[in-house]
Amino acid sequence: MRHIISLLMENESGALSRVAGLFSARGYNIESLTVAPTEDASLSRMTIVTTGSEEIIEQITKQLNKLVDVVKLADITGGEHIERELMLIKVRADDAAKRSEMKRLTDIFRGRIIDVSETTYIIELTGTCEKLDAFIEATGDENILETVRSGVSGIARGEKSLRLTAD
Amino acid sequence: MELTGAEILVRFLKDEGVEYVFGYPGGAVLHIYDALYQQEDVRHILVRHEQGATHAADGYARATGKPGVVLVTSGPGATNAVTGIATAYMDSIPMVVITGQVPTAVIGSDAFQEVDAVGITRPCVKHNFLVKDVKDLAVTLKKAFYIATTGRPGPVVVDVPKNVTDPNIRIPYQYPREVSMRSYNPTIKGHPGQIRRALNLILGAKRPMIYSGGGVILSGADRELTEFTQKLGFPITNTLMGLGGYPGTDKQFVGMLGMHGTYEANMGMHECDVLIAIGARFDDRVTGDVKHFCPQAKIIHIDIDPSSISKTVRVDVPIVGDIKHVLTDMNRELDNSRKRPDKSALEAWWKQIETWRGKDCLRYDRNSDLIKPQHVIEKLYEVTGGDAYVTSDVGQHQMWAAQFYKFKSPYHWINSGGLGTMGFGLPAAIGAKLAHPDADVACVTGEASIQMCIQELSTAMQYMLPVKIINLNNRYMGMVRQWQEFFYESRYSHSYLEALPDFVKLAESYGHIGLRIDKPGDVEGALREAFASKDRLVFLDFITDQKENVYPMIAAGKAHNEMHLSPERELA
Ligand SMILES: Cc1cc2nc3c(=O)[nH]c(=O)nc-3n(C[C@H](O)[C@H](O)[C@H](O)COP(=O)(O)OP(=O)(O)OC[C@H]3O[C@@H](n4cnc5c(N)ncnc54)[C@H](O)[C@@H]3O)c2cc1C
Ligand SMILES: Cc1ncc(C[n+]2csc(CCOP(=O)(O)OP(=O)(O)O)c2C)c(N)n1
Ligand SMILES: [Mg+2]
Repeated sequence: MRHIISLLMENESGALSRVAGLFSARGYNIESLTVAPTEDASLSRMTIVTTGSEEIIEQITKQLNKLVDVVKLADITGGEHIERELMLIKVRADDAAKRSEMKRLTDIFRGRIIDVSETTYIIELTGTCEKLDAFIEATGDENILETVRSGVSGIARGEKSLRLTAD
Repeated sequence: MELTGAEILVRFLKDEGVEYVFGYPGGAVLHIYDALYQQEDVRHILVRHEQGATHAADGYARATGKPGVVLVTSGPGATNAVTGIATAYMDSIPMVVITGQVPTAVIGSDAFQEVDAVGITRPCVKHNFLVKDVKDLAVTLKKAFYIATTGRPGPVVVDVPKNVTDPNIRIPYQYPREVSMRSYNPTIKGHPGQIRRALNLILGAKRPMIYSGGGVILSGADRELTEFTQKLGFPITNTLMGLGGYPGTDKQFVGMLGMHGTYEANMGMHECDVLIAIGARFDDRVTGDVKHFCPQAKIIHIDIDPSSISKTVRVDVPIVGDIKHVLTDMNRELDNSRKRPDKSALEAWWKQIETWRGKDCLRYDRNSDLIKPQHVIEKLYEVTGGDAYVTSDVGQHQMWAAQFYKFKSPYHWINSGGLGTMGFGLPAAIGAKLAHPDADVACVTGEASIQMCIQELSTAMQYMLPVKIINLNNRYMGMVRQWQEFFYESRYSHSYLEALPDFVKLAESYGHIGLRIDKPGDVEGALREAFASKDRLVFLDFITDQKENVYPMIAAGKAHNEMHLSPERELA
């Protein structure tokens, strides 16, 4: 099963390599991993997308929690949540037919063309992984020059929040 | 008080109550060595190899329950220490290792003797730090000791660049009495609901078994465990790491379990209906085939590390907490409970266990003309009254020491279980002897293992540490030979030791006493002579039966009821 694990960790150099090292040393899968600072400069937030049996996911969360730099952790897949990924994709757009075709596709997927050259477009798209995958499929390999994806960011819906409590 | 970084480091160790630092100098730590030179509170023990420093600090820690402290230089100093750090990590031993580092300005430039110590040690430490500013030094050291000694203990590395200990930079110093870390809060108290669920199972058990491990010793909970076990009247087995957590002389003790565990312990595991695992981590040497592990049992597991629970074997009632606290709560609940263990079921269970015990699975040939290694350990036990601190290396001798020396109390059995590091025994004995100068300290070893840290004979001379080395010399890497005999049709590929040194002369050349013993009748006398010599290290080279094997044995991946017993036992 696919799980999205969110963590808050100390914004220390080396914290990322502890997480990455844990996954490689114990042979866990990483589908994607994103990390950036939060509104609290001392903390960064990481989202890891991983797959494994329930036993393995349980071990992953326990092992992550055990890392001294990890402050808080939640497997957000258990409850209602939102996940988004950003993709920038450079496509071939070197004749009128391709240009209109790409424009149409971008609109259907609610993306935006953010750069135009004589022969290329760069399209910005956010959504779930499946949506980005679908866009790539619709575009077709022959039209794609380059893609860059941010990896998944996830957040629980409603009041449930991953943050430090004042205790 | 204004101090340099080097002075802060040494002063901090004193304030932290550190008696001994095990180390070896080099460029990156020279400022620290200069500060050590100018004081007498913290004693530095100069080893002969950084691996020896880590094992000696580890032996000190295992013999006392206090953290071991190591100081090594950058580059090769740090890499030499890695084996000892990993050894401590696998057995959850509290240790703080200070590694020198090149100055911050040149980190990352392949500077002379630069290695990424934080990177190299990351997978084998509980945590590690690189100190970038002298202002962070004291508090980082405090965090290191705090992390190393609390929760599930483990080694912590503090990498200190040379400029952080610059003799020209002084800053105010105050001992940081406490630290708190929002990201690190081990659970100590067990959940009352879980404790109650566990007690229900325990009091309903018909064929219970207590399986306790190294966590009991790390928690200092031997008394609570003994009370718990005796209150219930249940049989108890210990892992290799748990020996001494319950008196090995008591009749409720059924011996070690696992690959080389006793028949009664392993059969008891296989047949039990409630298993109470206490500070043990279901290692594969213990479980064998996990699919057939305790097939009939409901399992309770007390452990401070949630990731130890349900890692390899799913448990029914997990209790996360410190054993000392959890067992104290359980003992109190038991006293208050009106329910009692099922007496008649227990009687029947004990009867069954006694039949298994009757197999006498550790029996060996006592009439041999050759020295049997088991006999040496039995005599060692007698001669030392069962009170010695016994360290060991890795191999058959380690198993015989575990099987035949009946440890009465914790901290006395000191061996590398998780990593199985040959070379551990002698430096560990040095650490134990420093911790307990008036106690007997024996290092049970083999002719292969002892050569991996033999240089520490020199350290033992320098500091006058009269440990006794019990070399069970079978001229083979016996444990390897045994596997080759059983599983490779006796093709003894590279397990015979040619060109062995004359250990007697070797010991003498370091200034110690060496004795060679090759007749069974001389074993006891030699041991008595060695232990009577209170101020000298004696190297006892016992020429033992080359082909003796360790029994019982469960082949890797087999179940507890699939034990091989010794030929002597089969004959009986
Ligand atoms: C040649 C060789 C043969 C071996 N054969 C055997 C064998 O036959 N039988 C055997 O048992 N072993 C054997 N071993 C050792 C084996 O590899 C493991 O090291 C050992 O079984 C682990 O012991 P343990 O389960 O007690 O865990 P330890 O490694 O001692 O771990 C301690 C556990 O307690 C927990 N803990 C720590 N502190 C606390 C606390 N305060 N409160 C609560 N919990 C705590 C930890 O989280 C951990 O889960 C052998 C090793 C070698 C080298
Ligand atoms: C550093 C290291 N290298 C290799 C091994 C694998 N190994 C385990 S036991 C053993 C043989 C030990 O021989 P010896 O010290 O003579 O002990 P014996 O088994 O003969 O009692 C070896 C090579 C190990 N445990 N550690
Ligand atoms: Mg040998």
